[in-house]
Amino acid sequence: MELKLALKVHDKDNVATIFANGITDGMEVEIRDKKGGAETVTVKGDVPYGHKIAVCSIKKGEQITKYGEEIGIASKDIAKGEYVHVHNLDSMRGRGDLEG
Amino acid sequence: MEFMGYVRPDGKVGARNYVAVIPSVTCANDVAQAICRQVQGTITYLHHQGCCQMPPDLERVTDTLISLGHSPNVAAILIVSLGCEGTDHERMYQELIATGKHVEIIHIQELGGVSKAIQLGTDIARRLVVEVSGLQRQSVDVSNIVMAIKCGASDTTSGMASNCVIGYVADKLVDLGATVIFGETTEFLGGEHLLARRAVNKEVGDKIFAIVNAMEARAKSIGCDMRKGQPTPGNIAGGLSSIEEKSLGAIVKSGTRPIQGVLEYPEHVTTQKGLWIKDTPGREPEILTGMAATGAQFMMFSTGRGAPQGFPSMPVIKICGNPNTYEHMENDMDLNAGLIITGEKTIEQVGEEAFTKMLRVLSGEMTKNEAIQYFSAIDIHCLGPVI
Repeated sequence: MELKLALKVHDKDNVATIFANGITDGMEVEIRDKKGGAETVTVKGDVPYGHKIAVCSIKKGEQITKYGEEIGIASKDIAKGEYVHVHNLDSMRGRGDLEG
Repeated sequence: MEFMGYVRPDGKVGARNYVAVIPSVTCANDVAQAICRQVQGTITYLHHQGCCQMPPDLERVTDTLISLGHSPNVAAILIVSLGCEGTDHERMYQELIATGKHVEIIHIQELGGVSKAIQLGTDIARRLVVEVSGLQRQSVDVSNIVMAIKCGASDTTSGMASNCVIGYVADKLVDLGATVIFGETTEFLGGEHLLARRAVNKEVGDKIFAIVNAMEARAKSIGCDMRKGQPTPGNIAGGLSSIEEKSLGAIVKSGTRPIQGVLEYPEHVTTQKGLWIKDTPGREPEILTGMAATGAQFMMFSTGRGAPQGFPSMPVIKICGNPNTYEHMENDMDLNAGLIITGEKTIEQVGEEAFTKMLRVLSGEMTKNEAIQYFSAIDIHCLGPVI
């Protein structure tokens, strides 16, 4: 079977990006980091090519990190392996709706 | 290391040899377009500015059009003025004459209308083209290169593949003594602290924070979440969840070298070397114009979803980070950086391919969007309202 890969860009990251087509709920992917480390996780949700999953559980309000930097805040509790995108990640920038 | 370019009277080196027909106001576009349709070797800039704007914007439009004329890819210039516009067409003429290039100007109202302006303009443009078309390319050092860089229609492959390739080329050019310009201030949001750390001094670092804050304040003044505007629906469909994620991937294309300073949107480079920022939005028509105005001979443009745009007087090399998109849109993509994602090539390997492609394009080889002339959607970025 073709290996389904998810890439974790930075040690501090709590998400990894899947570069495989046709990933659906319950499938397994291998998360690889830059040092060659690998861990197999079960994906929760249908995840399109180039989209992200959580590499560990993330609580609502916690920072979501990619490239070792903040890319947003979890707007819901997120389980390990769960699809992470605009439905559970809030941007903190350019938010005119949050101002007085 | 060298490429074959056109040495201009002011010492700058061009990669193309166009006669630019420049409308001083949007109301002159149709005349400029008709002239260009008739005379080969010409290009025009069909922008939508130049009248009924606040004075700082009118100055901004005038300065940007002057900078487009300064571009070393432009050999001679015909300014097409309506006559009653808000831009300063007389200053445009005087400042462009000072470059040593042959510059002519026509005024539609003074000539008695559109058809007469097209007739005279066509004759002038033909004369200019005949005059410059015999100029020969000469071998020049790569330190004469001014490279503009941009990413558009990005997805998550951009920050991991195609932008890494551009970053590789940017570092190499800076080390060879050339000039590299990057912009898209909106796409610094969330990564500005990383850029400020690379500033040559505190003043430049503070300026980076200031342009990002001003851009974010303009977006926030509308009172809503910026998402859909930035990142775009296409970015979101490509897996980018927030502007922060898009920015962190976008700034990868600037490479790793120190940031020397920040150029305002209408400015063109004179003696600047190394890596510079230009304060621009991310949208293609406005940033491509701003970058051509900088004096860049070409642009290296990274994409994941497949952005096909070019610019009339500036060849744009498309580097695609997404292997699926490259396969699907190969007709518009010059280089495949998707092979980095599939593990078939390294960033350095594709970086070297991009560098070689750059030297060929600078020496005359056409890019794909240049060959099919996919470049009419351009504009000048203004800050105030149309009034």
